[in-house]
Amino acid sequence: MSVLIIDYGMCNLGSVKRAFEECGASAFISDNPRDAEKASHLVLPGVGAFGDAMRNIVSAGWDVAIKKNVQEQNIPLLGICLGMQLLAEKGFEGGGEHQGLGLIPGEVIKIYNQTPATTFRVPHIGWNEILKKQDHPLLNKLEANTDFYFVHSYFFQASNSADVLSTTHYGLDFPSVVGRDKVMGVQFHPEKSSRAGFQILRNFLNFN
Amino acid sequence: MKGIGFNSWRRVGSLLPAIKVYNTRQVDELIIVDITASADEREPDYEVIDEIADECFVPLTVGGGVKSIEHIKKLLRAGADKVAINSSCFSNPELVSRGADLFGTQCIVVSIDVVKHADGRYECYKNSGKIPTGKNPIDWAREMELRGAGELLITSIHNDGTMKGYDIDLIKSITDTVGIPVIASGGAGKYEDMYQALTTAHASAVAAASIFHFTEQTPLEAKHYLRTKGVLVRKN
Repeated sequence: MSVLIIDYGMCNLGSVKRAFEECGASAFISDNPRDAEKASHLVLPGVGAFGDAMRNIVSAGWDVAIKKNVQEQNIPLLGICLGMQLLAEKGFEGGGEHQGLGLIPGEVIKIYNQTPATTFRVPHIGWNEILKKQDHPLLNKLEANTDFYFVHSYFFQASNSADVLSTTHYGLDFPSVVGRDKVMGVQFHPEKSSRAGFQILRNFLNFN
Repeated sequence: MKGIGFNSWRRVGSLLPAIKVYNTRQVDELIIVDITASADEREPDYEVIDEIADECFVPLTVGGGVKSIEHIKKLLRAGADKVAINSSCFSNPELVSRGADLFGTQCIVVSIDVVKHADGRYECYKNSGKIPTGKNPIDWAREMELRGAGELLITSIHNDGTMKGYDIDLIKSITDTVGIPVIASGGAGKYEDMYQALTTAHASAVAAASIFHFTEQTPLEAKHYLRTKGVLVRKN
């Protein structure tokens, strides 16, 4: 088993790697798409802006490598935070329209407040609970309404409710976990969510 | 180290074992500040932060002596999730805007230490409470928000370490002014103090140290207390 954490120049990957190691996995960080064929699992982390991220991913050739391994080799892929958002077809951060990886139908738009008369501050930073929408191996062994750590200003508006595994409430109900076949995404940071986060990672590692 | 009113520091023990304990004691986030760094003109200790970050599986904020973009970059690379800046903001407020632009507002926590003078007037202090700045915390908080701070950590120096409660008036005056999250710090002595900060003063979060270092009270019990009084807290 070998977990490849994709480095496309956008964020600190050390804590993601440490968390996987804490879960007993062998994890390595690489900025070379050719290394994808050595991996049993792919992880797409990310902190930052959609447009910048896709620019880096495409210019390095990661989009091709990811799609090849996911679609042809059936390798499980986990997107974390911005990484989950990149799975979408389009993102609208920064006032522009950017192409995503298009692995799960949907668009990434800014969080907004639908709940009347509550203090609403963006970005959504802090612990918040996920509400399971359907059973899925990625959510195994998690208690109802488990809390995870979120930091984001945009959310993944999924086109199909079948792809939404859990929602979270902040201003509105947004997908906190998405999944289609072996392509999965979590809006929160499992590597910063203590024991609950480890359970998500372990569940992901069990996909093979 | 823990102090009272930013004075009379007491040694609490070394850092790494404390981190491991906190990991299992259900704290939601950790804030580590090197309090003499600015006065000693020292750079942050990246090696120590790296070691700590390796054992920290909740968000980690690191501060103390942060003066430049280079410092912020190195701290984030060492494993900090957020960087707290205090003294440098007064001489170089551009650091906040540049930091927010380059790394995202969510990485930048502006830390504001406040003294309440005998006449009831509040003033911001820098360099671990040693140097007055002449600035009013409300105006300063507003300016830091405009500059791009993602969160504000407000510490009332006069209450810090006393375990007599947070300065509710101070915290509320700031949460009434800014739209970004405010973390209340300084004075927690019992769980009810935290409840007051989170409800009456509208803080988004509470930071505490003495109460956990020097009494039998625990973060888990604190969260249980808050939950029974209707405050949304992390469960697991």
